[in-house]
Amino acid sequence: MDYFKTSLDQLHEQLRAGQLTSQQLVDETLAGIDKIDPNVAAFLAVNADGAKKQAAAVDAAGIDADQPLSGVPIAIKDNIVTKGVVTTAASKILANFNPIYNATVVEKLAAAGAINVGKTNLDEFAMGSSTENSAFKTTKNAWDYTRVPGGSSGGSAAAVAAGEVVAALGSDTGGSIRQPAAFNGIVGFKPTYGRVSRWGLIAFSSSLDQIGTLTRNVKDAAQVLNVIAGHDERDSTTADKPVPDYTEKIGQAIKGMKIALPKEYLGKGVDPAVADKIKTAAKQLEDMGATVTEVSLPHTQYAVPAYYIIASSEASSNLQRFDGIRYGFRAKDVHNIEDVYVRSRSEGFGPEVKRRIMLGTFSLSAGFYDAYFKKAGQVRTLITRDFEAVFNDYDLIIGPTTPTVAFKIGEKVTDPVTMYMNDILTIPVNLAGLPAASVPAGFVDGMPVGLQLIGKPFAESTIFQVAAAFEAQNDYLAQIPGGK
Amino acid sequence: MISKDSVAHVASLAKLQFSEADLEKYTDQLAEILDMVEQLEQVSTKDVPVTTQSIHLENVMRPDVAKPAEPVTELLKNVPTKKGTLIQVPAIIDKEDD
Repeated sequence: MDYFKTSLDQLHEQLRAGQLTSQQLVDETLAGIDKIDPNVAAFLAVNADGAKKQAAAVDAAGIDADQPLSGVPIAIKDNIVTKGVVTTAASKILANFNPIYNATVVEKLAAAGAINVGKTNLDEFAMGSSTENSAFKTTKNAWDYTRVPGGSSGGSAAAVAAGEVVAALGSDTGGSIRQPAAFNGIVGFKPTYGRVSRWGLIAFSSSLDQIGTLTRNVKDAAQVLNVIAGHDERDSTTADKPVPDYTEKIGQAIKGMKIALPKEYLGKGVDPAVADKIKTAAKQLEDMGATVTEVSLPHTQYAVPAYYIIASSEASSNLQRFDGIRYGFRAKDVHNIEDVYVRSRSEGFGPEVKRRIMLGTFSLSAGFYDAYFKKAGQVRTLITRDFEAVFNDYDLIIGPTTPTVAFKIGEKVTDPVTMYMNDILTIPVNLAGLPAASVPAGFVDGMPVGLQLIGKPFAESTIFQVAAAFEAQNDYLAQIPGGK
Repeated sequence: MISKDSVAHVASLAKLQFSEADLEKYTDQLAEILDMVEQLEQVSTKDVPVTTQSIHLENVMRPDVAKPAEPVTELLKNVPTKKGTLIQVPAIIDKEDD
């Protein structure tokens, strides 16, 4: 299957018309993965047998005419638990973890007839911006194998960008869907916090984590979100709000749309060539009848330090559960219970995860809590208020997704602070819980640039409307990555 | 500036242990990260409330109804070592102290 030329709608049409069966599509997809993945290394596990069984069942039941995902193989980030399919979060501590239940999103995909074709690589426990923190393999950027795919959903992004699958699920805590989507020239969509259930998402930072989509096309993202969104009794932080049809505004004109462009998003640290692409995008949106106005989000520069305190503090608490007792890695030759805890964790976690546990434990410890965790939570309030003030007057905020195009493998991995600063344009969105997308906006030196679109809480449809209008004005998807 | 002793103390709270060389590396890296974090001191946060979550829900209730759960054998599937339906762990008391 040539996923470079096929949208979900087109696949669905072929499946529905009987020109293609789900089993054929799965076989072709598996063959594609066999061919492409040795170069890209996007998958940690290919669910070949399971996918074939699921496809046979969908074929036997008949393709659901009302469900565009029916019979379609989709990849799933390996921090989302899948019953009977080993789920590692790219950590040695979960190397053999075989979940006994499915995440809510996995249940929902299966109910829609989608096929779980495999689990994709990530930074260990989703902590990272390059997928280099995986305990198992280094995923490559689909456009240049010497560059990172971004992270932490680097496997999902590279798999979609390289044409291995039409869509993949990711998770986004500080940009982990949008940044790899930008680096790989595809569409990444992070919904509003609470829009998609986190039940079965291996917790990193519970107040920031959100599951979303990676696809080539904007409409495909809306169609996948239609399936996975909604209230879930098992995740009490999900919103009890109706789920609209996220495709409803796709194709509608954006005339009169009021768009804000924060000056901080084109400022210091942003590559001028990337900034130029965003200015060009803004001009295109104006040509379509929207207004684009410069605004200020004055606390932007404090988002990264606030985020690293909050996310690491939550992570240090969430990761206490990995103690070597009930599941996961247990160190050998341990003589007492303290040894089990300390040695299992010390041998099981990788360096970045330990760094964050240490930072988080420090921030929460007696004597430092007020100066760090509390202060970060207050700054989070100010960042949220910045967005609220802009959204009083505007429908949407745009900017670059990342300050630069994808960097080289190994370039930043030894310097945590430089790596963290890479997320400066995506992190504020998670702190405020807003929905946001990254869509292809051209190329700098042959590498993709992403345009970020940030919406009001639960205004996903507005993002889809503008993203689709922007996509229709350009032909960036006509350029296909060849690796090199 | 964070000291190596403080980092060792935090490691013990976090149930982690490091070699001497790693302890020095983590001390340097944490110092660098905390340097970055110190920027937050520039922000005036007097009377600003703390945000801990963005969806503003509290006390989400659901009916307390008993539902069938997974069988014990299934629940114990990922236990590293077990005896029957019990999780097996090393002695709580250090054998070397016997």
